Amino acid sequence: MKTITLNIDGRQVQGASGQTIYEVARENDIHIPVLCYHPAAKPAGACRVCVVEVAGARSLVASCAQPITEDMVVNTKSDRVIAARRLATELLLSSGNHNCLVCEANGQCLLQELAYELGIEQPRFSVSPPGYGIEEENPMIIRDMDRCIVCGRCVRACNEVQVNRVLDFSYRGKHATVGPAFGTTYEDSECVFCGECVSVCPVGALTEKQGRFKGRNWEVKKVRTTCSYCGVGCQIELNVKDNKVVKVTSDYELGEPNHGSLCVKGRFGHDFIHHPERLTKPLIRKDGKFWEVSWEEALDYTAKRLKEIRDKNGSDSIGVFTSARCTNEDNYVLQKFTRAVIGTNNVDHCARL
Amino acid sequence: MTNSISEAAESAVFLLTGTNTTENHPVIAAKLKQAVNKGAKLILVDPRNIEIAKFAALHLRQRPGTDVAWINGMMNVIIEEGLYERDYVEGRTEGFEKMKEVVKKYTPEFVEKISGIPAADLIEAARLYASSKPGAIYYAMGITQHTTGTDNVMSLANLAMLTGNIGVLGGGVNPLRGQNNVQGACDMGALPNVFPGYQRITDEAIRAKFTEAWKPVMPLSEKVGLTIVEMTNAAHEGKLKALYFMGENPMVSDPDTTHVREALKKAAFIVCQDIFMNETTELADVVFPAASFAEKDGTFTNTERRVQRVRKAVGPIGESRPDWKIIADIAERMGYPMQYRSANDIFEEIRKVTPSYAGISYDRIEKTGIQWPCPNEEHQGTRFLHKDKFVRGLGLFNAIEFREAAELPDDEYPLLLTTGRILYQYHTGTMSRRSEGLNFRSTGPFIEMNPRDARDYGVSDDEVVLISSRRGTVEVRAWVTDRVNRGTIFMPFHYAEAAANVLTSTFLDPIGKIPEYKVSAIKIEKKKKKATG
Ligand code: SF4
Ligand code: SF4
Ligand code: SF4
Repeated sequence: MKTITLNIDGRQVQGASGQTIYEVARENDIHIPVLCYHPAAKPAGACRVCVVEVAGARSLVASCAQPITEDMVVNTKSDRVIAARRLATELLLSSGNHNCLVCEANGQCLLQELAYELGIEQPRFSVSPPGYGIEEENPMIIRDMDRCIVCGRCVRACNEVQVNRVLDFSYRGKHATVGPAFGTTYEDSECVFCGECVSVCPVGALTEKQGRFKGRNWEVKKVRTTCSYCGVGCQIELNVKDNKVVKVTSDYELGEPNHGSLCVKGRFGHDFIHHPERLTKPLIRKDGKFWEVSWEEALDYTAKRLKEIRDKNGSDSIGVFTSARCTNEDNYVLQKFTRAVIGTNNVDHCARL
Repeated sequence: MTNSISEAAESAVFLLTGTNTTENHPVIAAKLKQAVNKGAKLILVDPRNIEIAKFAALHLRQRPGTDVAWINGMMNVIIEEGLYERDYVEGRTEGFEKMKEVVKKYTPEFVEKISGIPAADLIEAARLYASSKPGAIYYAMGITQHTTGTDNVMSLANLAMLTGNIGVLGGGVNPLRGQNNVQGACDMGALPNVFPGYQRITDEAIRAKFTEAWKPVMPLSEKVGLTIVEMTNAAHEGKLKALYFMGENPMVSDPDTTHVREALKKAAFIVCQDIFMNETTELADVVFPAASFAEKDGTFTNTERRVQRVRKAVGPIGESRPDWKIIADIAERMGYPMQYRSANDIFEEIRKVTPSYAGISYDRIEKTGIQWPCPNEEHQGTRFLHKDKFVRGLGLFNAIEFREAAELPDDEYPLLLTTGRILYQYHTGTMSRRSEGLNFRSTGPFIEMNPRDARDYGVSDDEVVLISSRRGTVEVRAWVTDRVNRGTIFMPFHYAEAAANVLTSTFLDPIGKIPEYKVSAIKIEKKKKKATG
């Protein structure tokens, strides 16, 4: 890989051949706003907000798609650039329903950030959303195409990243939009609810239904952990507010092994955590029925019975089933207990099942 | 996995078998599909017409239970046509000649008779796999859940060695683990024959080491313990008096449910730790409320050996406690203090006794997990195994003959049942069936039945039928589809109300001790119409 030197906003910076202007700027903490760019997919150069001025080029170039060249001179903040960005942003603001008051994306919306950065209080064009209405029949994903800026991130995520080939661009009426083929709902399409489209949507057009009205982005604490379903071990973020997991999100930046991709189980299958049927108290069976008892009583009783059986029938009369769903620490402690306290190697788990 | 998930981008060819990847490991499936879009070739060997078949250059549909035959067949072609890696075989392996002798008779025509795979397809698959490098093999329970499961796995290893695909980036033999922490539970010694880190309990020096580290109240036993299915059998015979379950539900997950229920009823004392009541806790004497993964700290080890953090996000639900804490409190009452203050305390102890984990610490995996073996703090972890040299020295070819499954269809039970999972459910459903989204997309219990079988039995789509094996009968809705071949019935096992494992047999692989979930003989009957009037 060849090192290339170029000039961005008067600074000499270096990048590798094949990198784009946007990537090199980002690595050097030079801010260029983007909407349609996403690191997991091929650049589309469609939204026109990442435009920059390159000395010698006649028109502005999309920095997310333009490879760097030796001695290139780039200006990311010239008047021409700002004017183009403003125009693109105002067109987007006026062509949709961007009422932030009750939007789930409020606080992490790239369009909102852009309007703020450019100081746009009111677009100069009249606001006329297409009027698609909200699709919220399924319990996982809410689609509000009046908030869609047709950046195409979801289309590329569905086709290039998850390769589920559900989403595409289409026209409904005179408006360009995105969605499953033939204008069907997610529910009636081949969608497998992986939610990749939701995780890359830069605005509030695609959001998680579970989290609706449950907490603002700045109110939730995102706790990074590992998915509790399959062996891929995807990195997920539990979004917590008031001691409750309100939704699950993911982030490309969390890296291996999943780079922000999840499946339906990891993204939408963790509502069992607060399910009302969770066991909350130790139970002991007496006279054929379960009774809630104190921890002391349950622990004392269990220890006493295990000791009796071990001492009377021998260590090998006890069998222990550990779990492929519990942590390494849980499994370690239970096999140690089995071997060191019960005195048997009768310990196994459902790896084989 | 010998190799890593991210290496899918490096492979030129994939051989996928016995894994319904898009449903069971969807994010790995996404990486495979991405690679296919970029030009990698996919060979699928699976009896069912599953989603990923759309991405396959070749799809071979074998009769379930004939894996050794087609794998030997591929090797036969590769050897006959001189497509194998001579240098690799000579320099890094042993046992080649014996294996070659055995596979000699597995000509494509012979294999076609056993497996139903057309000879020409097998030849094409063999050529494609052997001539594109590197080639990665992925498999899951469709390979292991057979009485020949160990043979199947060893055969795949033979195939990979023959083509020089073990110990290279983008190659390997990669089992996809079903449940999130199967790898970790095995690493931690939750197995009847090994301590943590696969150190043998039969080795006196190892026992001495653990005696020193643990100071046990009972002498560490040198006797290999019982596996899950053996424990159930022993309980059935009255030999096991007490059973302790941590987050397991054998009433749904284990073969032959009726037998399991009887076994559990015979035990004098049953303890369960779980997050929900289930079919197994219902039979317990004591049930402890356990914390879920969201309420505790710890680590899981994923299918590529990556040790990753689990972090406490919310406080305990009710009075629930982490599993390790419950066990430690019982141990203390039995005269063995386990004074861990945190999960990290336990992990620090794990590192001390488990050489492959020695270099891993919570600090080091704060951002990104590390893949074992990681012998010391300077070590970056291991992306793929057997680089330059096999762990045992030379890679060993095993000469393996094909054996039929234990229970084959016959006149009385003419159909072949194979079980598995679906995308929207997980294992016994304890978690997934309590999720609104997952249940919205999943339809409840069903079987897949070929249209020709449906015609033969007069079954229409969506009709509820009775299916029986020698062990029991269940009622279930039929989905008429060519996802399965004629003669084969597929059924997911997540559902207690129509439990596939009422039907499955307890025949085990003699070495792996894995039940043969992928082949049982069954029959189908129409439900009798209720008399009207
Ligand atoms: S949820 Fe997944 S499959 Fe469905 S449209 Fe979005 S990206 Fe595509
Ligand atoms: S739904 Fe979101 S990601 Fe998709 S095109 Fe619209 S704004 Fe972009
Ligand atoms: S998100 Fe899906 S693929 Fe990833 S670990 Fe969880 S269950 Fe597995």
